[in-house]
Amino acid sequence: MVEATIVRVNSLAAVSRDSASSPQVSLAVLPDAAKLVFRGRPSSIGAAGEAFGVELPQTANRFREAAGRKAYWLGPDEWLLEAIGVDSSELFSTMSEKLASHSCSLVDVSHRSDSMAIRGPMSEYVLNHGCPLDLSERAFPVGMCTRTILGKSPIVLSRTEQEVFHLDVWRSFSPYVWSFLDEARQEFLHDQSARSPT
Amino acid sequence: MLLIKCPFCGPRPELEFSYGGQAHIARPKDPASLDDESWAEYLYIRSNPKGLHAERWRHIHGCARFFNVQRNTASDAIVATYKIGEEPPKPVDPGLEEWSSRSGAAL
Amino acid sequence: MRYRLPAGGRIDRSKPLSFHFDGKKYSGFAGDTLASALIANGAHLVGRSFKYHRPRGIMSAGADEPNALVGVGSEEARYTPNLRATQIELYNGLVAESQNRWPSLSLDFSGANDLFSRFLPAGFYYKTFMWPASAWKKLYEPMIRRAAGLGRAPEAADADRYTQVYGHCDVLVVGAGPAGLAAALAAARSGVKVFVCDEQDQMGGSLLSEREATIDGQGAADWLAQTIRELKSRTNVVLLRRTTAFGWYPHNFLGLCERVTDHLGLAITKQPRERMWQVRAREVVLATGAIERPLVFPDNDRPGIMMAEAARTYLNRYGVLPGSRAVVFTACDSAYRAALELKSAGVEIAAIADVRSAPNGRWMERARAAGIDVRPSTVIAGTYGRLRISHADLARISGGTMGHPETFACDLLLMSAGFTPSVHLFSQSRGKLVYDEDLKAYLPGTSVERERSVGACRGVFDLGASLADGFAGGLSAAKALGGTAAAEHKFSVFAQSLGRDGFIGAPPSGGKSRRTRAWVDFQNDVTAKDIELATREGFRSIEHVKRYTTTGMATDQGKTSNMNALGIVSQTLALPASQVGLTTFRPPYTPTTFGAFAGQSRGELFDPVRKTSIHEWARENGAVFEDVSLWKRAHYFPRPGEDMHAAVRRECKATRESVGIFDATTLGKIEVVGKDAAEFMNRMYTNAWTKLEPGRLRYGVMLREDGFVMDDGVVGRMSPDRFHVTTTTGGAARVLALMEDYLQTEWSDLDVWLTSTTEQWAVIAVQGPNARKVLEPLVHGIDISQQAMPHMSVQEGHICGVPTRLFRVSFTGELGFEVNVPMGYGRGVWEAIYAAGREFGITPYGTETMHVLRAEKGYIIVGQETDGTVTPDDVGLAWAIGKAKKDFVGKRSLARPAMSRSDRKQLVGLLTVDPNIVLEEGAQVVADPSEPVPMTMIGHVTSSYWSVALDRSIALALVQGGRARIGSRLSVPIPSGPVTVEVVQPIFYDPEGKRLDG
Repeated sequence: MVEATIVRVNSLAAVSRDSASSPQVSLAVLPDAAKLVFRGRPSSIGAAGEAFGVELPQTANRFREAAGRKAYWLGPDEWLLEAIGVDSSELFSTMSEKLASHSCSLVDVSHRSDSMAIRGPMSEYVLNHGCPLDLSERAFPVGMCTRTILGKSPIVLSRTEQEVFHLDVWRSFSPYVWSFLDEARQEFLHDQSARSPT
Repeated sequence: MLLIKCPFCGPRPELEFSYGGQAHIARPKDPASLDDESWAEYLYIRSNPKGLHAERWRHIHGCARFFNVQRNTASDAIVATYKIGEEPPKPVDPGLEEWSSRSGAAL
Repeated sequence: MRYRLPAGGRIDRSKPLSFHFDGKKYSGFAGDTLASALIANGAHLVGRSFKYHRPRGIMSAGADEPNALVGVGSEEARYTPNLRATQIELYNGLVAESQNRWPSLSLDFSGANDLFSRFLPAGFYYKTFMWPASAWKKLYEPMIRRAAGLGRAPEAADADRYTQVYGHCDVLVVGAGPAGLAAALAAARSGVKVFVCDEQDQMGGSLLSEREATIDGQGAADWLAQTIRELKSRTNVVLLRRTTAFGWYPHNFLGLCERVTDHLGLAITKQPRERMWQVRAREVVLATGAIERPLVFPDNDRPGIMMAEAARTYLNRYGVLPGSRAVVFTACDSAYRAALELKSAGVEIAAIADVRSAPNGRWMERARAAGIDVRPSTVIAGTYGRLRISHADLARISGGTMGHPETFACDLLLMSAGFTPSVHLFSQSRGKLVYDEDLKAYLPGTSVERERSVGACRGVFDLGASLADGFAGGLSAAKALGGTAAAEHKFSVFAQSLGRDGFIGAPPSGGKSRRTRAWVDFQNDVTAKDIELATREGFRSIEHVKRYTTTGMATDQGKTSNMNALGIVSQTLALPASQVGLTTFRPPYTPTTFGAFAGQSRGELFDPVRKTSIHEWARENGAVFEDVSLWKRAHYFPRPGEDMHAAVRRECKATRESVGIFDATTLGKIEVVGKDAAEFMNRMYTNAWTKLEPGRLRYGVMLREDGFVMDDGVVGRMSPDRFHVTTTTGGAARVLALMEDYLQTEWSDLDVWLTSTTEQWAVIAVQGPNARKVLEPLVHGIDISQQAMPHMSVQEGHICGVPTRLFRVSFTGELGFEVNVPMGYGRGVWEAIYAAGREFGITPYGTETMHVLRAEKGYIIVGQETDGTVTPDDVGLAWAIGKAKKDFVGKRSLARPAMSRSDRKQLVGLLTVDPNIVLEEGAQVVADPSEPVPMTMIGHVTSSYWSVALDRSIALALVQGGRARIGSRLSVPIPSGPVTVEVVQPIFYDPEGKRLDG
């Protein structure tokens, strides 16, 4: 066997280089994570939560977080499980073992998407350039997550803090999403006093 | 852009959905037992009403679930949405339609 | 600025501005519009009309302006044609030009059209350019094209930035006149989230031109300032100035276009030029006001003829006198107010002609007390003046006959037939309109959406009533949201009542001369006679009259003309106006730029460009790319000096003789998991899956329920309950959607779940006799020997230290592997394989070579050999149908008699008798090329390439009863003549498949 060190390349590496930061709205690439999609019968949900270490939220469009792991509700039988600093193959094997007797599906999608954060008081407004959802806190509170659209790309959007959103985007769409948001925030980059009209 | 109440996620903009054709057309349990005419009926024959229409939508850029919608094709008013497998609501009183579309937008 | 008053108005005299119109330098003030500044300089003539090139002046002061369309912009990349001078905010250095004139505005050669106007009646185009047909291309079309159109489209790409943003609010108030502001106050005080938009640069609507009225003890201007202060101070209110609500879409979704930087003059900010708001409002309050109607009288289109309220606006808002001596022609009270205010500012009022026999006594008395000559039952019988009105003829009407006209000198003629409520958005929302006989107007009737109209747009004109109506509307919107509405407020207003009189159609004019023309639609040059002609020629429906005469079809969409046209149809057909009906209102309310509609979707952001993790390597190594759905795929890898053909020959040769490497990442992938996975696969695919062992691959064919091939791909069984399914690149989303559809809606009892893994895996195809030798040293934990890993098998292990699902599969006919690795490792693994392949001359190849190699083997491509009407048997895939299966999607349809007819189009190979001719894909196949055209077409070429391996051309085709024709000759007509082809089996290379094992 030939030894070679294969480096994982993040799809946002090139597009995020030299991204100007702004107190009003800035973009950041989030670290690579182990990501699994869990789908299954209701009877398996509890076991999946136990195996993952985070109880899977059963309220629609909510994520739950514990010890650096997040479980996102994506659909009534579908969760995205995310763990930073964990080898996805190991996570997959240990969970698969624990779920062997359950009727469910576990699939490693760690490389399917890359993630970014948008933060700052103008985040909602900038996201609304492509996302048709009401992102005000009353409609989209901290702890909410959902698949939705940004421009012409599907995304998974979650609100982690009042002024911080995370976007999980399929790799081939992620440079588009980043560039879209970067373009939309132009009006705030050179004018610190610019305010969102809303 | 329609505002469609997904039975799982609540009201969402039409952009997140894909249309799935007329609802309540079950695939025959044993297609081989159907004669050509009945099979053609299942495959191709669809209603095209001006007025209330039961149709399938999928919240593809959301929870990804298929569900059923009763929509007035003339006014776009959505009278009801309900999960696959659930009974359609009772035929709607035309007078209620306006109310429904109005409450739909409020959600 | 001869006509500028020394004081008054809302302009800032401390900020003088200079601008150019048609090359001439003028000055104005901050707060002016282009129209007000031109009038201040005495320039009324601003354009030529569309059809007759009649000199035209500024008629209104707002969005309804039909005449004063100008092109603005000193540089081509920022030039905008057809802007209304009445809505262009003046800025320093503004450059504008008039349109529809040559060589100049005052001397326009096409003005000759006016002399021949009797030859250009309604329906002129339909009647004239019928014959001879040959004249169309050479004569009529070029002539019409030269003459037609308003303005000039800029030729440079738009240099500005445009954005779009979604907005959400509880209450959207459209229009910030008195009613809209009152509604906004009520909603804002109720604590709900309020958006207020108004198309003007300042909020206030009619209050901006108000003189006398007081509200709650304050002057109108003070009340306005205080109200805006209050709204601004509330965090629950968003005020959008310069923002036109142009369209209403279902479920309270409105399009708003905000003009952000035009008024600044220079593109100095990172702000977009325009921002398109797409607003979902839980409740909408429409306070869109009303538009003053012109009167239809002979030669009513000369420069200097103006709406009475517009004159009042120029006077009160801009401090401009629109003329020095005015004649007023009216059918309602408000023109009296305009006349009185203008008179007090120094304009001489020559006379007021009132079409009513008994005008409102109070207003008539006020006018007469001010020394104005008021004449009831009087009309304007004609006007004079070439580039500006100079005289008007007034004539008394009694008993249906017109008295002797009396001529009055004037440089201004003010007209008012009353007000047309702006029901555009209400009508777009599909609300039902009702005709108000008294007001001669359509008003909002039954609502369909969650909205209410307030103020002038529903016929409530008086200031006090309008404020009260607006406030009540705001409260009702807040209440409808389920919250607590703010306290009631009673406005105490002092203002003169203006009554509700109005007139539609053409006022009586006695015995008309055939020569006189009275304009109805100023922008499209439609006269009362044109509409009468249309009714004489049998048009009854207002929709047909509109299209025949083009009335209401210009860029102003008939804001000033529709009701008068309707009135004339009603008069000539002797039908009540309510029975004539109204044409449909459609978005946009005012013309909206393409830039605003495009928003960010231009240039690099037009569409997502999907790239694989190997893309950059391919780019660095000279690949030429092609678009496959949203993906970029390497098409071929030319070396210096090579064209596509040379590159493809080299790539084909290298792959057949040694080894090639190909990026197959874009293939769709779906992980099908669950104890019923095999059963699900049995139902979705034609193949039988139950007996497929884990570790084995199978080529799967998927049909639609109608029996036609929908997709195909190689499927690996990873374990008893887990399948790795691949789909075509373009079919990935479609296949997953169809699978989910059946699973969710028909077979929810199956324990199986689907997950898209298209982007989880990079796929590196290594193909050719040396493929195994290249990979052997790189893999770990996988025995890839022929014995351990035969064709169509899959193993999991590691390659170059990363996990892999290694497929032994071939789409080239050679010994081949497809290396699946997690996407982020794609490039690293590719480079490692490439390095390991160096000693074998490993050659990267693109989609073109892939196509050639598979065509040599007769492997189909879904979408190329299939077109949605092709069964598995048609393309030689009958072997892929699990005969023992009771059911699968599409099976029942295959049993229809038509699906097994022997004359169906079947896949065959074609070899041209001249081996050097490469047929065109899509070319038709015929049996007898001596038949006259159109020949009987019996099939078409689906794929055609130069085959390096065979050193000749090859083609695949779908031909009627094709398999029975194998061995015979057919013909393919191409532009240079028929090409004789031999029909052969659709496999050209290594038919025994010996090369699959190297």
